Amino acid sequence: MEKTTQQKAMRKFTKICDIVNQYNRDKSKLIPILQKVQDEYRYLPEEVLTFVATTLNIPPATVYGVATFYAHFTLSPRGKYVIRICDGTACHVKGSNKLLETLREKLNLKDKNTTTSDMLFTLETVSCLGACGLAPVLVINDVVHGQVTREKAIKLIDEIIEKENKNAG
Amino acid sequence: MPANTLDILKTAENFKNLVNKPAQRVIICAGTGCMANGAQQVIDALEETIKHKEIPVTIDIHKEDTENSIHISKSGCQGFCQMGPLVTILPQNILYTRVKPSDVEDIVTLTLQKGEIIDRLLYRNPSSKTPCKSTSEIPFYMKQTRTVLSLCGIIDPEDIHEYIYHGGYSAAQKAYMELSPELICKQVSESGLRGRGGGGFLTGKKWDLARIQPGKDKFLICNGDEGDPGAFMDRSVMEGNPHSIIEGMLIAAYATGANMGYIYVRAEYPLAVKRLVKAVEDARALGILGNNPFGSQHTFNLHVMEGAGAFVCGEETALMASIEGNRGMPKPKPPFPAQSGLWGKPTVINNVETLASVSIIIRNGADEFRKVGTTKSPGTKTFALTGHVANTGLIEVPFGTTLREIVFNIGGGVTDDNGEVWPDGFKAVQIGGPSGGCLTETHLDLPLDFDSLKGVGAMVGSGGLVIMNKNTCMVSMARFFMQFTQNESCGKCVLCREGTKQLLSLLDDIMEGNADKQTLDTMIKLAKTVQKGSLCGLGKSAPNPVLSMYSNFRDEYETHVFKKRCPVKQCTALSGFTIISELCKGCGLCARKCPVDAIEGKPRQPFTINQEKCIKCGACIDNCKFNAVVRG
Repeated sequence: MEKTTQQKAMRKFTKICDIVNQYNRDKSKLIPILQKVQDEYRYLPEEVLTFVATTLNIPPATVYGVATFYAHFTLSPRGKYVIRICDGTACHVKGSNKLLETLREKLNLKDKNTTTSDMLFTLETVSCLGACGLAPVLVINDVVHGQVTREKAIKLIDEIIEKENKNAG
Repeated sequence: MPANTLDILKTAENFKNLVNKPAQRVIICAGTGCMANGAQQVIDALEETIKHKEIPVTIDIHKEDTENSIHISKSGCQGFCQMGPLVTILPQNILYTRVKPSDVEDIVTLTLQKGEIIDRLLYRNPSSKTPCKSTSEIPFYMKQTRTVLSLCGIIDPEDIHEYIYHGGYSAAQKAYMELSPELICKQVSESGLRGRGGGGFLTGKKWDLARIQPGKDKFLICNGDEGDPGAFMDRSVMEGNPHSIIEGMLIAAYATGANMGYIYVRAEYPLAVKRLVKAVEDARALGILGNNPFGSQHTFNLHVMEGAGAFVCGEETALMASIEGNRGMPKPKPPFPAQSGLWGKPTVINNVETLASVSIIIRNGADEFRKVGTTKSPGTKTFALTGHVANTGLIEVPFGTTLREIVFNIGGGVTDDNGEVWPDGFKAVQIGGPSGGCLTETHLDLPLDFDSLKGVGAMVGSGGLVIMNKNTCMVSMARFFMQFTQNESCGKCVLCREGTKQLLSLLDDIMEGNADKQTLDTMIKLAKTVQKGSLCGLGKSAPNPVLSMYSNFRDEYETHVFKKRCPVKQCTALSGFTIISELCKGCGLCARKCPVDAIEGKPRQPFTINQEKCIKCGACIDNCKFNAVVRG
């Protein structure tokens, strides 16, 4: 058992080594490196941040500082489907906060939680996606949905749940 | 002439032979907006239907036999996002709007095969209901002057040859082969081109300052970190015509002596990143980027860097910190980036639209550029028109165009919350995003340019225009912008970090009915202090929306504070709910949804709300099927 965990960890760091080497261990490329790492894990695990810092020969605090500064980096695991509701001016004027409320209720997200307990959904807001002509807009993993009503938002979620249930069953 | 020199004329000639072979061309808008509306499904359906009918089709004109076929190509954003997906058919020049995959069969059999126009897919003028066959008949396009955007939506942004065919890279060639760096700076200065990112600094002057700096290593950065909520002009240019930016950068690099360049793009724009990366690779493959472009002694390498979601990185010193791999925090100026920027080297930072305008100036001359716009703000400006307006989308107009022209002629008028035209519904326009100010009815005839807007406490900013109708609460809008800047404050300056937070709570007090005169006084005083005491543009301009909304809509603030009432009934804490007994059917749904059991009544008789118990959550109004619950 212990061996497999170790093997897993080694495999993990091999991937990160590849990424870091791809950028010639250049510390000025820290942001693109973290982006690639996050693409790999969907979030930035703490031990990975320390590993990146060591390989680039910079203090872990610096890496942590950068990772917490930018909104795109997340230090906690995210759901399989990341729903981002645009809260730009145009979307706001057209009622994006109502969408957020509806979806928080639909996904049963309480307090400050943004990820559902089954790790299927993460719900967040994003400042502006630049698709203002279609306000209000939401994005589910990179697919943009425009002119979203509350009914449409609920339907999108139901479709995903149905698809997941089918796959599981 | 070195071997890697690109023969522009020959490339254009080759492309002309290719592009003229197909009998018809179908252009599908593949900008972010149209893609979200299902453009990809339309493209797939079109390819399949044409293939199924065994009509010769061309997807890639460089690889396939194109004679008499139908050429399907994608374009960048055409600006009319709301009506997407947009499909244009050439040579007839027909524009179909809101095309669905189910319409494709008709488009192929009726339009492509028989040349008939399908009436139901044409755009209809919202007021007169007359159908418009092409963009030249649509008021949204008719009243615009598309210069920077002229090729967006026409060319395939992923094909460098098509850009060259339309005259692309000829300005860069002219600059490298015929002009000296000094002369280019002079020409750009003479054209009066001002930075389109918001500041309005003279581009030629900025370049000249970098040009005279000693040293070999200089940098050039294209600022595509368009973070203003409600603005998407730069996105459209990056997606629709990425080569125009690269050409501008090539010219700027030669003029300033920069040998390394970065295009810094927001990560929220994945399509723009993809197209820019491809454009840079294609330009490198043709020998336009890299060593000795156009046979010169110059070297210019270009990289695309993706941002990581920090609004403050739109500020130039913060952006440079981000490229260096650090937290994106601004630094004091001077030294200006042109003197000491990226890694301490002279650096020029220009906005996307500014760089896209450069090739136009070099190609046509400074005088030609000055013919449009106003004396102090020559040229055109793109604006993102959104909010409560009939035609939302991307527009380009000469500087000096009035707001009335934009909102009522191009935008087609103000709409209500259901999207229907509301003739006298105009309340305000927020210009310049969270750093800008609002304009009201009294400003409708103000010619929009850098200086006139500054005069009324607003700014061009990057060019977001959000139209608001009479149902919009200005206090809650001010709060929205304050929430945005508070979130995005990098935390370096105390006044910005803490000041925006306090301003936000003061606005909350006003909206929740906990404010008095003291609140307003503190708010104004604090806003002015934050303006003065912050280091970078973000903090300096963060209080602008509050101040400009306060000065333009003072009574609205005062009604909130002194009468504890929201005049447009949007602030939930200040507006209770009542049930109109004539409309209530007594179904009891509201009572069941009410979380605090504040609604009472008997089945099939009108219900009532107990105002003392009511927590003003709005669940009743949201659930009533008969519109019997109203605010107030």
